[in-house]
Amino acid sequence: MKPAPFEYSRPADVAEACATLAADDGARVIAGGQTLVPLMAMRVARPTRLVDIGRIADLAFVRQDDSAVAIGAVTRQCVIERHPLVAARLRLLAKVLPWVGHAATRARGTIGGSLANADPAAELSLVAVTLDATLSFRDAAQAAEIAAADFFTGAMTTALPATACLTAVRFPVWGGRIGTGFHEVNARRSDFAFAAAAAQLALDPDGTCRRLAIGVGAVTEIPVRLRRAEQALIGTHPSAASMRAAVHDSIGEVETASDLHASAAYRTRAAGALALRALIDAHEEAITCAPN
Amino acid sequence: MTLLDCLRDNLGLTGAHAGCEHGVCGACTILIDGVAVRACLMFAVQADGVAITTIEGLSPGPGELSVLQDAFCETHGLQCGYCTPAMILAAHALLAANPAPTRDDIVEAISGNICRCTGYAQIVEAIALAAERMRGANVPPETARGGSP
Repeated sequence: MKPAPFEYSRPADVAEACATLAADDGARVIAGGQTLVPLMAMRVARPTRLVDIGRIADLAFVRQDDSAVAIGAVTRQCVIERHPLVAARLRLLAKVLPWVGHAATRARGTIGGSLANADPAAELSLVAVTLDATLSFRDAAQAAEIAAADFFTGAMTTALPATACLTAVRFPVWGGRIGTGFHEVNARRSDFAFAAAAAQLALDPDGTCRRLAIGVGAVTEIPVRLRRAEQALIGTHPSAASMRAAVHDSIGEVETASDLHASAAYRTRAAGALALRALIDAHEEAITCAPN
Repeated sequence: MTLLDCLRDNLGLTGAHAGCEHGVCGACTILIDGVAVRACLMFAVQADGVAITTIEGLSPGPGELSVLQDAFCETHGLQCGYCTPAMILAAHALLAANPAPTRDDIVEAISGNICRCTGYAQIVEAIALAAERMRGANVPPETARGGSP
């Protein structure tokens, strides 16, 4: 379990990082290294050069950005986990973070690293897709943005160009009476999920579901939304029966994957059950919670 | 070179153990600026300028044990000892941040560390005992009297 030899660069800023990436075809960005280093140890990844952006201070922040919360790419997961702005404005993200790896990996792991490595079981990717986050990156001198829905293209693969450096991710903040839910099954607390589901729901004062997002992760190569269930419930007063029916109708459309840990049939059942629990939690929280 | 290999092979600090070497078992846990991290998931070059604490740095003096180490011995919180330095460092980081952890806090703090001998129960007990003793250490002797030994 030793990585293959590689060169190491620690650029002072994003421009230098992009230039270094462009100069070496086999170069890869490293920040916290909690996804990449295991891949290197197993020699699944063999970068010729690591471009370490972990100490670029401009990329570590959590701040209010109009109607969103923007988080810098190299912000450590343990910082986000305890950040008051995240606790107040992005309750779904706050709820999910304790499930991301272990305390010892959250101490080093970054939000950008988790998203850019695109592990199918990554909880942060699931939240990004569920909340319609926008990812910002820099490629050469060009700054660009991409929606989370377009960012993830397959297991461990994204639309991010090889020469680009992720800089930030913006999570839209929903107004009004918001509820959130998250559930996951795995072999050991905080290990890789076999199935996970996240939901966020906004209620009008009369109890009508105004806005709803439900996502399932770890069951397909990339996180997916249960759009049919969302459409079925928006504009209605959700009941236990209608939520159950909506999730049931929608989960069948997700083509789940089989692997060593779980069969596709198990994943479909588990994802459906978890999505329903997440949705019920979100609905209950929205009824009882103070407006965001 | 990983930070773990550098500590063990170049610096002779063999208390940080090499288990899975890909971030699963937790046996290589050390403290970076007081926070528990996995030494196998960092390269030595990335540790430039940080404060590193290994198990070798915890005992108060030669031949002595820290309160946590003592508690692990007393409650039989170790058997083969392979996971022990990492367990103690993970517990050390927990108690530094939270002097009065609940059982859930303790379980969460060591959830990334695998032990194949103890079944974890005595490890949790050891950390709770150490926490109690460390809290008691700040109490004047007359109020502490009558408490646990």
